[in-house]
Amino acid sequence: MPPRPLAQSPRKVFDGFGFCQRSVSAFVQPRSVEDVAAVLSRASEEGVRLGMRGSGRSYGDAALNGGGLILDMRHMGRVLSWDAERGVIEAEPGLTIRELWTRTLADGWWPPVVSGTAWPTLGGCVAMNIHGKNHFRMGGISDHVLELDLITPGGEHVTLSPTRDPELFFAVLGGFGMLGVVTRIKLQLKRVYSGRLKVQQFHTPTLQSQLERFEQHTQDSDYLVSWVDCITSGAGLGRAQIHRATYLHEGEDPDGVAMLSPAKQDLPGHIMGVPKSIVPKLLKLFSFNLGMQAVNLVKYAASVVGSTKPYLQGHAAFHFLLDYVPEFRQSYAPGGFIQYQPFVPKEAALPVLTEILRRSQRAGIVSYLGVLKRYRPDRVLLPHALDGYSLAMDFPVTAANKADLWRLCGELSDVVTEAGGRFYPAKDSVLRPQDVQRAWGQDRLSRFAALRRRADPRGVLRTEWAERVGLDVFDR
Amino acid sequence: MSTAFPRALIVGASSGIGATLALKLAGTGAKVAAVARRQAELDALAAQSAGRVLPYAGDVLDYAATPALFDRIVDDLGGLDLFIYNAGVMPPVEESEYNFDKDRQMIEVNFLAAVQWSNLAAAHFEAARAGVLCGVSSVAGERGRRGSPVYTASKAGLTAYFEAMRNRLTRYGVRVVTIKPGPVETPMTAGLKLPLMITADQAANEIVSALEGGATEAFVPGIWRPIMFVVRNVPSFVFTKTNI
Repeated sequence: MPPRPLAQSPRKVFDGFGFCQRSVSAFVQPRSVEDVAAVLSRASEEGVRLGMRGSGRSYGDAALNGGGLILDMRHMGRVLSWDAERGVIEAEPGLTIRELWTRTLADGWWPPVVSGTAWPTLGGCVAMNIHGKNHFRMGGISDHVLELDLITPGGEHVTLSPTRDPELFFAVLGGFGMLGVVTRIKLQLKRVYSGRLKVQQFHTPTLQSQLERFEQHTQDSDYLVSWVDCITSGAGLGRAQIHRATYLHEGEDPDGVAMLSPAKQDLPGHIMGVPKSIVPKLLKLFSFNLGMQAVNLVKYAASVVGSTKPYLQGHAAFHFLLDYVPEFRQSYAPGGFIQYQPFVPKEAALPVLTEILRRSQRAGIVSYLGVLKRYRPDRVLLPHALDGYSLAMDFPVTAANKADLWRLCGELSDVVTEAGGRFYPAKDSVLRPQDVQRAWGQDRLSRFAALRRRADPRGVLRTEWAERVGLDVFDR
Repeated sequence: MSTAFPRALIVGASSGIGATLALKLAGTGAKVAAVARRQAELDALAAQSAGRVLPYAGDVLDYAATPALFDRIVDDLGGLDLFIYNAGVMPPVEESEYNFDKDRQMIEVNFLAAVQWSNLAAAHFEAARAGVLCGVSSVAGERGRRGSPVYTASKAGLTAYFEAMRNRLTRYGVRVVTIKPGPVETPMTAGLKLPLMITADQAANEIVSALEGGATEAFVPGIWRPIMFVVRNVPSFVFTKTNI
């Protein structure tokens, strides 16, 4: 019996992590390189458009492909090799960050770059070139990928590295799954001597002082991140609580080696005395502007009165803030939320971020959670990072605010691109074709289009994000 | 004329309750896609409705063709507000007859194909966070009956499936409606003597009322609700002695 046409595969409703975008797609779950090759070849023959998906942690529509086929990569998540001496791991793309570090930490190795949640798959991390709270020192995950295996819809099986077809290598990294399916990732991890980091918190009363503290600490910190109060206006605009962290040297932490055990990395069961399971419901009670103003005020006040003395914190607890509260996103039910994360060059950061905060406050659409991070330039063809800052803002979406929110984000994107800024596809729900064109420029986009013509001559790969921002329309 | 359901799809619409429903919904101003095997009957409905009923010839047992047909209909209608699965068969089964051919046909048409079509509509509605998903089950699904074991089993399955869909989809703003008609004068019941029989026209009127009125479960006619309450609660040792 001939195999069932791909279009007749089982269907599912898929959503973005912000769950305000969703669509129905057929899906297949490859379990081997051969399965992937077969699906790509058949998709090409059957005229089916294919989009890849891992854990579905992209906030918007970057892992959606409504009306087409989703290649669900979660069943290809094996560790293929682990060299505990050199800290080099080879894995399939469906391996999650959590599965990665639970395998390597006991040997004294931590992923050099992790996102704010441990659930993304390595395939997704590579496709989006994820960053962590240490981009200013370590770059994106692309800076630590030693080698990739890629199967293109055109039928090529290639091994890529910084020296083997570097042009394609640096386009696949951060190429949001538009050039083929990555089937093997070889990654260099970071040596750590303790399961903990030395963490220090302090507050800054203005946006300007916040940026100054960041610049001061880029030299003596391994991680830097701040929570920004996006609601307070006037003199306190952009006030923040900064966390900086450094690795511990060998012997610096007497319990360091014991803390390398993954079992010691469990996230706390309570947050400020509240059981985690009820936090989303509690947050939901405050999910309106005044309520969130109160939450931000209390959080800022706590940082003002809190100690600035360094303390030790486990890697997982420091990094995976989003995993503290399982299903925290339910506090945004039923409409969901978007994250808007512009990247702004260092020189323009103060005026542009001030303008962004002011405009959103004037529009009456304020972010309930703002996070500032520092970056360095990136080597990939379509980078989101630059020598500067990003401000990630979560906005609740409701039937009443949706049109205004999208309009506001359009205005903010004009401000950002005017200043030479960029955006991050994994977080995006609102970008327009002109934003992407301005952010990356015609030269980079033309080079990317040429690589797509080579890798995917029949235009098999597609996501709703790529279509929305106009990447799907190019001269074939 | 304003309609609660501008874009409707009825599967099993060439005769009986389905055909009458299609015409009534079209009469409220809806565009109604009608799916059935018989093209001629569908064409007649299209003619009777001044083109508001759109004919789609298709066999619910052609499982391979169903997803694409569903997608085409939704495309043609420009979306979907109401889905009704009404296809059903009840071949005569004699006393002491154990006929797998007939049994299989009932399970496939009344239940399995209903699941396939309704799943497609459910996914569409869940993603859209709107819509009404309606299944025409039967009072026959309330108890297993000696005269029609597999027909009653197929309808019991359908009722349970729609209850599960309701529990799954209500949180997404999708209304799931289970219609439980008693005997209705249709080609399916031709020649049978059944209690409290109503016409297809009466049945369709009550179903439209239930759909427009926000119901999630409707006995047709309503008198079956108290009757079935009693029947459901008859102990099995009593039931085995009846001829129901």
